[in-house]
Amino acid sequence: MDSIIRAVEKEYLQERDTSFSPGDIIRVHERISEGAKERIQVFEGIVLKRSGSGTSEMITVRKISSGIGVEKTYPVHSPKVEKIELVKKNRTRQSRPYFLRRLRRIR
Amino acid sequence: MALGILARKIGMTQLFVDGSAVGTTVIEAQPSTVVQVKTVETDGYNALQLGYDEVPERKVTKPLRGHFGKAGVAPHRHLFEVRIDDPDQYKVGDRVDVGIFEEGDKIDVIGTSRGLGFQGVVKRWNFAGGPKTHGSHFHRRPGSVGNCVNPGRVVKGKKLPGQTGNKRVTAKSLRVVKVDVENNLVVVKGSTPGAKGTVLQLRKSNG
Repeated sequence: MDSIIRAVEKEYLQERDTSFSPGDIIRVHERISEGAKERIQVFEGIVLKRSGSGTSEMITVRKISSGIGVEKTYPVHSPKVEKIELVKKNRTRQSRPYFLRRLRRIR
Repeated sequence: MALGILARKIGMTQLFVDGSAVGTTVIEAQPSTVVQVKTVETDGYNALQLGYDEVPERKVTKPLRGHFGKAGVAPHRHLFEVRIDDPDQYKVGDRVDVGIFEEGDKIDVIGTSRGLGFQGVVKRWNFAGGPKTHGSHFHRRPGSVGNCVNPGRVVKGKKLPGQTGNKRVTAKSLRVVKVDVENNLVVVKGSTPGAKGTVLQLRKSNG
């Protein structure tokens, strides 16, 4: 029965490289529609976690924006996410590098 | 043409519909077979009797074996009826599949809800219950069930503890997100009654 659900989900998965893992630095291009106009917002930061699987997989990305830590959570396969670029691979010893939240200086 | 079909609940998943993530239920509906066509002349009303889920002949009782034998179709596990307006269009042995639904249709899904057994009023009727602490001795009880000598009885329909679930439930006006005739699948927005594997009846909504 699960295999049937996976097959249905498959059509809704975006064809994109999702090989990044927590600790990596990625650039998320999000499509934002304001009224009739559409623009693309780029958010670059460190992947804090990946959770879920299939169409419901989410990523949390963290960056320091003018001195303040900002985290955004995106659905990996949302059609509103234009593309996800891998900027830099990093090695982490934690699967969820939450310690970054308490660090004074990052990157 | 108010047509229905029997199906089986496969499970729920999250899909992207028009850009937003939506909770959906995947339903598998193997084609049903017309076992009997009922008309006003013979039965007093127009309807189709449909069979779902073929089984070997030894699995059905002798009277049913006769019924299927007369129609000349293989025995089925479930029989159900749908009212129609034009009985001439169908004949015994025809197959009805998920092609009767289209993307964007509103359908009703009928099934048996999960049985939760004998439950108290908090779970069964969403009563608030009393405080857990501060010396309270009134936790999950129903409280007063009525007045004193006038009317001198408990009013009918009073919400009290009892069997919860395992009851026929209709989920109305669910939007069809996707129809896959090849694999006999229907995906609807929202949840449907029962656990995975529950037999469901799908029909077009009236309005």
